[in-house]
Amino acid sequence: MSNIEKLQYYFEFPYVRYAFIVGILISLCSSLLGVTLVLKRFSFIGDGLSHVAFGAMSLSTTLPVMIKQYALSWSGEDKLSPRMQGVVNWFGGLNDMYIVLPVTLVCAVLLLRTGQNTKIKGDAAVAMLSVGALAVGYMLMNRFPSRANISGDVCSTLFGSTSILTLKREDVWLCIVMSVAVIAIYLLFYNKIFSVTFDESFTKASGVNADSYNLLIAVVTALIIVLAMNLVGSLLISALIIFPALSAMRIFKSFRSVIICSAVISVACAAFGIIVSILSSTPVGSTIVVADLGVFILFSLISAFVGKARS
Amino acid sequence: MSAQMVCKNASLGYEDGIVAENLDFTISKGDYLCILGENGSGKSTLIKAILGLQPQVSGEIEWCGGVRKNEIGYLPQQTVVQRDFPASVREIVRSGCLAKSGLRPFYSKAEKELAESTMKQLGIGEFARRCYRDLSGGQQQRVLLARALCATRKMLLLDEPVTGLDPKAQHDLYELIAGLNREGITIIMVSHDLTSAIKYATHILHIGGRKQLFFGKTADYLKSASGMLFTGTEMNGNE
Repeated sequence: MSNIEKLQYYFEFPYVRYAFIVGILISLCSSLLGVTLVLKRFSFIGDGLSHVAFGAMSLSTTLPVMIKQYALSWSGEDKLSPRMQGVVNWFGGLNDMYIVLPVTLVCAVLLLRTGQNTKIKGDAAVAMLSVGALAVGYMLMNRFPSRANISGDVCSTLFGSTSILTLKREDVWLCIVMSVAVIAIYLLFYNKIFSVTFDESFTKASGVNADSYNLLIAVVTALIIVLAMNLVGSLLISALIIFPALSAMRIFKSFRSVIICSAVISVACAAFGIIVSILSSTPVGSTIVVADLGVFILFSLISAFVGKARS
Repeated sequence: MSAQMVCKNASLGYEDGIVAENLDFTISKGDYLCILGENGSGKSTLIKAILGLQPQVSGEIEWCGGVRKNEIGYLPQQTVVQRDFPASVREIVRSGCLAKSGLRPFYSKAEKELAESTMKQLGIGEFARRCYRDLSGGQQQRVLLARALCATRKMLLLDEPVTGLDPKAQHDLYELIAGLNREGITIIMVSHDLTSAIKYATHILHIGGRKQLFFGKTADYLKSASGMLFTGTEMNGNE
């Protein structure tokens, strides 16, 4: 079967098409916000939040097992009461997003607050939170294994689903709704986000509530990280956020062109990565990130070359 | 001359302690006020108080003469973030109109025109499409000045605007600011540069040792005790 036929064959399945759409939307969102995060020196917050999302994801997958074990040891019986079984089933059937999203949102807000507070400096707070969340997450997964294959679970949470085909239909719709919300927020507040990114003190002085826009940026960052976890996993999200922005900044010189270029790079790399991962069955997350890395190196070379030619 | 800002017996500081107290001064329309003082004398706290970012601990800061709080064009000191920021001059100058645009997501035609005419006025019209980080220090300050002028035409607050500029660029920027002052824009400048302060300012506010050492006309400042002391030490420091 030729590559084109193989692709055609795969794209006949609706869930492959959905996964493709989700990948494109997520990469678009992350690249939009990435420019702001990189310029505000907030890239580490994205990294920290992705680890928090990992911890929350572990919590969410182990919660039914945890409840079951504690309920059994507490009651001293071998079987759960029907009521307790109902609770366990309810948590088991719950979409992970409903736990991961609120936890990550709260941490995003907290991190932003500590960034301004002097007691624990921003970078230390992020480091603390991210390794803490990693440790708790891994411990939960080991102590309350929901499936036999623990390392497989950990691996897919860290590096994304080994196949995009494991996305559930509900995930897809949630992703589409949230991506559209992120893009709408970005377009509506574009000028404000620019001003807050470029010069916070001026923005504050002219009577614009810069703190609430910072909060908005943190909330949207958390949203994107939770979204992107499905695609590339929590370790590789930072790459999706910072690489397109850094590549675009090598060459383009105005904010708008950087944003547009970053979005184009990110979407192209995501599409390329997903197609390659289908054709040669590589893990989708790392394929996309490697594509992003390649573009970054290419753009760095171009900018070095152009810089030399000019001087 | 009508007063635009009156500071009555204000004390500034944080919860942990007072940084400067008993500040009493008035700024009138068309004034050129220079705020002098050593590092740590409470200058930056005073700036925050004037901008309304940090309320005074006691006393009053009143706005009058048609100027409202937040109607100050502010030229902050450059931050690390800005030095390699990919933004065109036009984008930065337009962002001065942000407060006017309110919740509207895009700038109106009038706001865009204001940005264009301000850039022409400050002689940076030809740089409109250039990248901010590729400009010289003096040109960058003009861009930020144009942005401040888009925010308001009543009062400008400049925080050590000539820091890091070469002598020629410093002189040009001072002349530009003096020109804006002649057009009737009130100038408040925080500065280390005593010589230029005396040359251009109409009024001097000197703070130090947590209190106000002098406020008044520049000519009177030179005769005053604190003025002589400060000019004296400054000259010794330069030798």
